[in-house]
Amino acid sequence: MAEPKIKYDRHFGQAALEKASVCLLNCGPTGSETIKNLVLGGIGSITVVDGSKVEVGDLGNNFMVDETSLGESKAKCVCAFLQELNDAVKAKFIEEFPEKLIESSPSFFSQFTLVIATQLVEEKMIKIDKICREANVKLVFARSYGLTGLVRVSVKEHPVIESKPDHFLDDLRLNNPWPELKRFVESIDINVSDPVAHKHIPYVVILVKMAEEWAQSHSGTLPLTREEKKAFKDLLRSRMSGFDEDNYKEAVDASFKLFAPRGISLNLMRILNDTCAEIDSNSTDFWVMVAACCNEFVAQEGAGEVPLEGSIPDMTSSTEHYVNLQKVYQSKAEADFLAMEKHVQSLLKNIGRDPSSISKMTIKSFCKNARKLTVCRYQMIEEEFNSPNLSELQKYLTDEEYSMAVGFYILLRAVDRFAANYNCFPGQFDGEMDEDISRLKTLAVSLLSDLGCNGSILTEDLINEICRFGASELHAVATFIGGIASQEVIKLITKQFIPMTGTFVFNGIDHKSQLLLL
Amino acid sequence: MERVTGVNIVPHFCRIEDKPLDFYNDFNIIALGLDSVEARSYINAVACSFLEYDENDNPKEETIKPMVDGGTEGFKGHARVIIPGKTPCFECTIWLFPPQVKFPLCTLAETPRTAAHCIEYAHLIKWDEVHGGKAFDPDDPDQMQWVYKEAVKRAELFGIPGVTYSLTQGVVKNIIPAIASTNAIISAACALETLKIVSGCSKTLSNYLTYNGVEGLHTKVTEFVKDKDCLVCGPGVLIELDTSCTLQKFIEQLEEHPKLHLSKASVTHEGKNLYMQAPPVLEEMTRSNLLLSLFELMGKVPSGTVHATGTSTKNDKKTSGSRKLRVAFKGVNGMTDMDTAGGA
Repeated sequence: MAEPKIKYDRHFGQAALEKASVCLLNCGPTGSETIKNLVLGGIGSITVVDGSKVEVGDLGNNFMVDETSLGESKAKCVCAFLQELNDAVKAKFIEEFPEKLIESSPSFFSQFTLVIATQLVEEKMIKIDKICREANVKLVFARSYGLTGLVRVSVKEHPVIESKPDHFLDDLRLNNPWPELKRFVESIDINVSDPVAHKHIPYVVILVKMAEEWAQSHSGTLPLTREEKKAFKDLLRSRMSGFDEDNYKEAVDASFKLFAPRGISLNLMRILNDTCAEIDSNSTDFWVMVAACCNEFVAQEGAGEVPLEGSIPDMTSSTEHYVNLQKVYQSKAEADFLAMEKHVQSLLKNIGRDPSSISKMTIKSFCKNARKLTVCRYQMIEEEFNSPNLSELQKYLTDEEYSMAVGFYILLRAVDRFAANYNCFPGQFDGEMDEDISRLKTLAVSLLSDLGCNGSILTEDLINEICRFGASELHAVATFIGGIASQEVIKLITKQFIPMTGTFVFNGIDHKSQLLLL
Repeated sequence: MERVTGVNIVPHFCRIEDKPLDFYNDFNIIALGLDSVEARSYINAVACSFLEYDENDNPKEETIKPMVDGGTEGFKGHARVIIPGKTPCFECTIWLFPPQVKFPLCTLAETPRTAAHCIEYAHLIKWDEVHGGKAFDPDDPDQMQWVYKEAVKRAELFGIPGVTYSLTQGVVKNIIPAIASTNAIISAACALETLKIVSGCSKTLSNYLTYNGVEGLHTKVTEFVKDKDCLVCGPGVLIELDTSCTLQKFIEQLEEHPKLHLSKASVTHEGKNLYMQAPPVLEEMTRSNLLLSLFELMGKVPSGTVHATGTSTKNDKKTSGSRKLRVAFKGVNGMTDMDTAGGA
């Protein structure tokens, strides 16, 4: 079987990966498994930071060290192994504890595109988060702990143009056809007597034409009520000249595309109205394009719509009709792009930037995906830790679906307090289990009360379970966490697909993992 | 093994069907890294064939062969635990799998069979050869036409019918690449579940995990229910017979049975061939049994399990299959007990 390979769009995705420079903090199994997926995917360069030496225990849970590595620098060994997987990756290592580096040289981190911080305790998470946020470096946290763990993204703002959602309404403008589409539709006789021609008229043509017919007899409006929509579908069926006309069946099935509201979705409206869309010389390319789109294009050429996507779904049609229809959509998309390009150029000039500093390809991609724009924002870790969204937290604590995941979330913080107090994690050493359990319970209760959740308690079972984990890093759990973390890293670097918001809490017991939005 | 001491790994380079059933019976757990519905169906049937039920229709613990299955497509994947007799087997939830639309590159390059293969050849291999590095734009009609024409040439070369412009569109836009991180996530989930079953260190996934990383991150656990009439993992279809019923009559009944539609069946009981359709030598040897009563052939027990192998017809599709059948003889002691238990 072929090697699994990540193939993103050549122009944006893969190139972005190849340019990226990623820093990994700690290369235990969680870190190693995360970075491995990035090395396989063709990341540009990696820097592995770990101050520890390889011990016997590491051989049992880390594929990237072996017996010959015993006593050697773990960062060095892992780095050498990763290099073996893909020699195009520039791999460097630094034999130093990340905790020390965070304290001694915060400026070290500003050279990277992204930092992956694994197995850090709360106090260090907060510090590296501040450093990265300040230096505008993307940050992903990953942690495995027994059968649980977490992944959390921390970036001030992450705009996505190519969000590539699974299900999205085709951009057909059936209820708002532009002149060229109208002309094309008029050029086709939908009452043609030749049965072969009749059943090869694309449904786009049928729907636009029938909508027009409907509007003429309904004082210019399209079907609105359920009854009207049903009547419209019946009208479509009545024009079928046989029972096997797939194009008419498709027209009936696709009629909801005609009934969809015109103009801009609420989601998009929120982005277009964002304060960042009021641009100045510090604005990013994304917001310049948003401004060009909402302040200029929508108001002028778009007449209330964003640029046309330009692609159409497959549909029953003669090849000739289909190809011609595609061309109608393509040329409208091209015209919209040219208009957008002009607006972008003049806005760039207005804010004192080189008018051609945003590439044609970027603007084209923006136009093609204008309806699907997404902006993800992440609060700082310290904010979340000190003052999480209390109503959400309380909701999670009482919701059966979430209670175990939020319990792990609280306990993962409580074990860090435990470690700060007692210099080890609960259950890490045999013989102190009972004492550790009661200490951890006390810490968890006080943490909950610090967060404002007085009276909330976690189950004994869950506390016992966390103590049983004894801070172990299981390879299978590390691989799961590492898989999730690397996936988010790839999304952040390629700016494709939508990264997760909130904290992902892994539940390796029954797999009822959750994303917590705190 | 070099990296992990104490682990013994034996590779077998062959088709899964080439191994005798005993081979699979030697393992405690079967972890599936398979890439098709057919292959999953096959291994599932193998694992379920080891399953035996006691007189109360409860699966016998020692005959349960757990399976852990996983699969990925792009940013999506699933992992599941199958405990035959206790949780739904692959066949109980076969409806979960839509038809597959993914082709391995080697098929495209060497052994195209369908129109879609020709299209993917033109799109994935020929395009790169001719346009070296230029990205293909599926929304550009001229480029799509180019792929379509190349696919037609290829189809003609291989005598494959059915390449149309519309099919070219459908195939080209639906390609789902394998992604390293998705594979890592799903394989980790499978490894973890396997580890938990072996070690008993924690409860296991119950019983189907879906994962989707396209928009944010979604994981969901669904507890599917067993199909109590499942022909593969169930205790078998109950057939009530008169003690006088001959083996020949029984075989004829299987063909007319509404759930089975099993024609040309060979029948075995506790490893003994009662009647074999082929090879001729065996057929001749067992032919005389046809006129004997099944009751006698099964050793005059009130009830028992026989395996019938033949051709079953479902939705006009013929497949060869093995079916487990529980035979109960009317008016023989013990019969009433079993019936009550079966209905509970």
